[in-house]
Amino acid sequence: MEKPLTQHIRADKRPLTLKEYEQVGGYEAVRKVLKEMDPKSVTTLVKESNLRGRGGAGFGTGMKWSFVPLNAPKPKYLVANADEMEPGTFKDRILLESTPHQLIEGMIVAAFAIQADIAYVYLRWAYKTAGHAITRAIEEAKSAGYLGKNILGSGFDLEIHLHTGTGRYMCGEETALLNSLEGKRATPRAKPPFPQVSGLFGRPTIVNNVETFCCLPHIINNGPDWFKQLSRTGDAGTKIYGVSGKVKRPGAWELPMGVTMRELIEEHAGGMQDGLKFRGALPGGASTDFLVEQHLDVKMDYTDVAAAGSRLGTGTLIILDDHTCPVGFVRNLEHFFAQESCGFCTPCREGLPWVEKILTSIDAGEGREEDLQLLNFHTKYLGPGNTFCALAPGAMEPLQSALKYFREDFERHIQDKECSYRGKEVSAVH
Amino acid sequence: MLTAAEKHEIDKAISLVPVRKAAGIEALKVVQDHRRWVSDESLRDVAAYMEMSPEELDSVATFYNMIFRRPVGRHVILLCDSISCWVMGYENIRMHLTKQLGIAYGETTADGRYTLLPNCCLGTCDCAPALMIDHDLYRNLTIDQLDEILKKYE
Amino acid sequence: MATLYIDNKPYEVQAGKNLLETCLTLGLDLPYFCWHPAMGSVGACRQCAIKVFKDGDDKKGRLVMSCMEPVIDNQRISIKDEEAHEFRGHITEWLMTNHPHDCAVCDEGGSCHLQDMTVMTGHAYRRFQYKKRTHQNQYLGPFINHEMNRCIQCYRCVRFYKDYAGGNDLDVFASKGNVYFGRHEEGVLESEFSGNLTEVCPTGVFTDKTLKQHYTRKWDLTTAPSICQHCSLGCNIIAGERYGKLRSITSRYNGQVNGYFICDRGRFGYEFVNAPGRIRKPLINGQEADKEKVMQALAATLQRGNVIGIGSPRASLQSNFALKTLVGEANFFHGVSDKAHNLSALILRILREGSARTPTMMEVEKADVVFVLGEDLTNTAPMLALAVRQSALQQPLQEVEKLNIPLWNDAAARELMQDQKGPIFIVTTHATKLDDIATESLKMSPSEIAQLGFAVANLLDSTAPADQHLTPYVKNIAQKIADSLSAAKHPVVISGSSCGSEDIIKAAANISWALTKKNTQTGIVLTVPECNSLGLAMIGGRALSSALEAGKAGRAETVIILENDVYRHGVKSEVDEFLKTCAQVVVLDHTITETMHKASVAIPAGSFAESDGVLINNEGRAQRFFQVYEGHTEIQESWRWLLAMSMAMGNSTMMPWKNFDDITRAMVEAELLLKGVDQITPSADFRINGQRVPREPHRYSGRTAILANINVSEPKPPEDTDSPLSYTMEGMRGEPPSTMIPFFWSPGWNSVQSINKYQQEVGGALRGGDPGIRLFEPVEQGSVNYFTTVSEKFVSKEGQLLIVPLYHIFGSEELSARSLSVEQRVPEGYIMVSAKDAIALNVHEKQTLSFDIKGQQYQLPVRLSDTMPSGVAGLPNGLKGLPYVELPAWGILNRA
Ligand SMILES: Cc1cc2nc3c(=O)[nH]c(=O)nc-3n(C[C@H](O)[C@H](O)[C@H](O)COP(=O)(O)O)c2cc1C
Ligand code: SF4
Ligand code: FES
Repeated sequence: MEKPLTQHIRADKRPLTLKEYEQVGGYEAVRKVLKEMDPKSVTTLVKESNLRGRGGAGFGTGMKWSFVPLNAPKPKYLVANADEMEPGTFKDRILLESTPHQLIEGMIVAAFAIQADIAYVYLRWAYKTAGHAITRAIEEAKSAGYLGKNILGSGFDLEIHLHTGTGRYMCGEETALLNSLEGKRATPRAKPPFPQVSGLFGRPTIVNNVETFCCLPHIINNGPDWFKQLSRTGDAGTKIYGVSGKVKRPGAWELPMGVTMRELIEEHAGGMQDGLKFRGALPGGASTDFLVEQHLDVKMDYTDVAAAGSRLGTGTLIILDDHTCPVGFVRNLEHFFAQESCGFCTPCREGLPWVEKILTSIDAGEGREEDLQLLNFHTKYLGPGNTFCALAPGAMEPLQSALKYFREDFERHIQDKECSYRGKEVSAVH
Repeated sequence: MLTAAEKHEIDKAISLVPVRKAAGIEALKVVQDHRRWVSDESLRDVAAYMEMSPEELDSVATFYNMIFRRPVGRHVILLCDSISCWVMGYENIRMHLTKQLGIAYGETTADGRYTLLPNCCLGTCDCAPALMIDHDLYRNLTIDQLDEILKKYE
Repeated sequence: MATLYIDNKPYEVQAGKNLLETCLTLGLDLPYFCWHPAMGSVGACRQCAIKVFKDGDDKKGRLVMSCMEPVIDNQRISIKDEEAHEFRGHITEWLMTNHPHDCAVCDEGGSCHLQDMTVMTGHAYRRFQYKKRTHQNQYLGPFINHEMNRCIQCYRCVRFYKDYAGGNDLDVFASKGNVYFGRHEEGVLESEFSGNLTEVCPTGVFTDKTLKQHYTRKWDLTTAPSICQHCSLGCNIIAGERYGKLRSITSRYNGQVNGYFICDRGRFGYEFVNAPGRIRKPLINGQEADKEKVMQALAATLQRGNVIGIGSPRASLQSNFALKTLVGEANFFHGVSDKAHNLSALILRILREGSARTPTMMEVEKADVVFVLGEDLTNTAPMLALAVRQSALQQPLQEVEKLNIPLWNDAAARELMQDQKGPIFIVTTHATKLDDIATESLKMSPSEIAQLGFAVANLLDSTAPADQHLTPYVKNIAQKIADSLSAAKHPVVISGSSCGSEDIIKAAANISWALTKKNTQTGIVLTVPECNSLGLAMIGGRALSSALEAGKAGRAETVIILENDVYRHGVKSEVDEFLKTCAQVVVLDHTITETMHKASVAIPAGSFAESDGVLINNEGRAQRFFQVYEGHTEIQESWRWLLAMSMAMGNSTMMPWKNFDDITRAMVEAELLLKGVDQITPSADFRINGQRVPREPHRYSGRTAILANINVSEPKPPEDTDSPLSYTMEGMRGEPPSTMIPFFWSPGWNSVQSINKYQQEVGGALRGGDPGIRLFEPVEQGSVNYFTTVSEKFVSKEGQLLIVPLYHIFGSEELSARSLSVEQRVPEGYIMVSAKDAIALNVHEKQTLSFDIKGQQYQLPVRLSDTMPSGVAGLPNGLKGLPYVELPAWGILNRA
């Protein structure tokens, strides 16, 4: 099984130095791109590879780049979205901490494709180890001539700066991220215009996820067909999947796109903890719909998970077991979303705290019959397009699916005026 | 008054962006690194240095949860309260800390040693529950490790 | 044009406009909050949701925010769609979760956009059961009250205050359900436009604190269309009264003059009208006397002859004209200094005889290059400063258009433009608040400003005279400005009388004329000191000094002074002397001034709120203000008093004049330049379906009970013989002619947002045309007769400083400075000295500097300026305690 993104990660997780990275073929893609290709053909190649963005939305990467006006005057910007704050998600951390040069190489490739001259790594503040690794890697790459002016004599210039965030989930949303980079409040921007046309400081900008960038060197080196065949399905490449919750071996693994949820949980995560049964899972972070037992054999790619009524999202599963209260589970999520709303648009700013309050009261055995209706109205009207950005719709995904799959739990809380799971939770065993 | 060291670091942040104001948040972080939190007075000093009004800068400062606009203790405990940690029973950790330190979320111990704050997902969900103290991450927490960990922070 | 199907009905509309604006223009009701016609869309509130359908077969459709979508030809949308309607109801429901529901005690109640929208969306039943979040309020100064709990987070306040008006001390704080709009800490809001927050805020967060002192609901105000009296721009206002007190001023939309907004001087400066010490009956030697007796006494005096009249730049045309007619042109004086007189005459000449047109303020907003010479606009003509601020975006907006971003997409446009501005060039004697948008801002002495101006004109057209002795630096700048102006599509040159320099105005004129040779779109804007300075200049008469001479020559046995504190226009000792020589000093005014104190006969004139009249603004636009309420006791219009005097003395010309229309007609016949002034508004006998236009809305409450404690039978309401307005709520319903809208209201739209219903298209002209008649347009080009260059060059003098006038929006203007709220913002007197001179003189900030100007002694604390050129100093104009002195003038330093 090929694991291009992670195979060179050292057992001790120490980041690969430039030398180590070069020894395993690092920066070959940069050489190839700068010496043998033109920007357009890089974009075409990436389009052909069928790479879809790993940040959650799964938008075609090559397609996204193609909207950047190539002849626009400088500066143009490229941003690596390393904000990773989606609860349940910890995949970019691995890449950032262990193989920073891979990210930088991917960024150089992308920057060349869109002819960007300035790039930022927008890193969440909590990733201290990653911060050190990237700072060092940028320095190394600079002194080796992979960054700076006239890279490898190609005439192409690029500087990369590390920018650490200051908290807030919203900063991961690509337009809010741009506002944040401009030193402003991280509220999102209206689209259109898309960042490709008017992004950072009003200039053409591309934002991609860390994992997306990490795929690029391998696509350049091995070609689009190779990348496609890595996958078991129509969505190309490998994917870093993760599992958290009460399984025997929580963790993350690079696997072919399209492994099933069952394989992930049973083979890689070692199955459920003893005495616990699987009740459901959020397949790709906090803002995806629950999948339940009947979906265990769904292939974890963009297309099939969507067909099953959810989203691949970040591909990191959060498991709900049968001793954990689904109402409490969703309450915790909605608390998060209500806290992280940027406060710009009405439905999200006012709706999410209301949802949280209702769930808290149901959870506490103080729910009322009408509450379920109220929750339903929120799931209906906090949908995509109704709010300014995708945060609130994302927040509704676990709620609406929980109301669908675990409705009896909600009703029981309201009827019994208590939570029957209390005391049932098995404390974490390590 | 900003110190020379603070100004130096802020200048560096300014050099990385095309407009001065864009480094406003960075400047606040610099000051917070030096003073643990950003008082009204510090905020006004930074604003003046950044050629912004206090309003403009405070608007940004109060948006981000990692800019502390109220005093914090010598060490800030950031306890992850997001979903995987919740499933893995972080609430036990919270109760223990609350009891042990005698403070609730948002409070600082009387000796000014610790401030306890909730924090969303620390991105280490496979090792839940987790918390950070200052720059250090602790994962796969159990209650019995807590006292040992706390001891390290004077 | 495009066809848009709304609920299956086709409409011909303009492609590219946003759907919300389009629906509103079509007269359809669609709720919104964050959108504002002057500020565009950001899509925050989500209140304006509608359905868009792919085609005729699509029955499901998709919810979109109408303010964020452009009109596309053949598009099908629905406002009535059930889901859209329900969603809009939920938006209001969400907004109301934390709202305190305190309408009964809220100043916004009855004119509240939130109330209107709540009714419109149909949200009526509260389902949210939990605790509301609460906020603390802030003290924001004497003008604005803050009540944050009522906030619905539409972000309009910060968008207006920061983005539109350039303020930086109001902002949004925190995030999520906790966002807070206010200041970093309590304190006075610094923007000169802060009052607009009360109209921009859709609910009761920011309200008029002065109204609060004598609160009345909008529906209980008697209102009339009026014109602001506090500078020369002539912003349109609505003035509201109850129980004989003027209670509030709000902006009255005029699509060419002030648009949606007014400045704080205009909004809060009205309280002088309510001054407790105002005289309400005539006084003879300080003793109240009734009208007949006074008239008899005056008739005798007047018949004796040797009567002169002193008019006023702050009185209406009608009053000035009546005085002029009463005393005869040879005995009529303007009551302004020689300098002010000459400057106004010069400006009038430039506007009437020059080749450049004065753009309206709304046209200034669209200027793509602006050159300001010598004017501190924020303090002398505040709304013009606001217009220039908008013009600074014109060139950057062209980039936005190039990328096909609609200009109404405000946030997107600003993200693309970032901090790009201009080109705007500002050359003044000291730093001004507008400098922040200037491409180049230079500080020079008045004559250097003029020299630079002449140089620019010469570079634009070599036949314009040039100055030979410019430094290379100034030459360079002049070239830059000239290049920029020639490349502009709509260049505007702005100057005015505030520097007291004819040369500067002439230089500005030369520039504009030189430019019109290449570009007929060139505009020139010249400000004058007062609300009717230009009007006064148009009706012949000499300067104050001539009146003083007449006094000396014994030709002024009686002087009639019309709404003028002559001490503000002439040197104290000379005025004292003059008044002493007059046997009778008759003063008509609504305000107790120093001059009024010297009156042997004091006559209670109506303020603008108690009067009808016409003013001419700096653009040459004649505008009518209507009486809001009848003056108490014996207060009445000055012109009416003057008619009474003419009657008493048997003046045959004036005897037939009975009312406003009579005097206006006579004036238009007598004064060539005022042709058309009688056409501004319909005459007093105008009726709609036989009915008058009511000053009170038909929701006015309790009128018949007002005096019930005294008498249950209702007194007969006064009859207005001067205008077609009625003083009650009785009269026509519906839309009055655009020139006489007493209040904006439309069914379902109680707030000021109802303006949409009065416009031809949203943000455009009022239906029936924007009020006011422009009295002059530029002459055909080619007739340019350039002014010659600077008469006297600036050379600094040892031991002296050239003292130039400085202006304060609050304090420099006479009437507004007497308003209780404005008074709190008036600075103490000071002398502004350049940092360099301060070192040479060895004075520090706040230290007292003693000097004399033309023999008048001054001892004032020093304010240091980093920008003022050395050798020049600034003295605030018109502040209480600072007697009149003609500036610029040399100040001789007294060294102790
Ligand atoms: C509320 C919110 C938070 C997000 N957080 C992240 C994040 O932390 N990291 C990330 O890569 N993408 C995040 N995204 C998605 C980004 O907006 C964007 O789609 C992504 O960075 C694009 O990269 P890709 O095309 O490589 O997937 C978030 C989106 C939303 C709506
Ligand atoms: S949905 Fe609205 S309030 Fe929520 S995060 Fe997005 S823009 Fe902000
Ligand atoms: S008016 Fe359209 S979203 Fe607010």
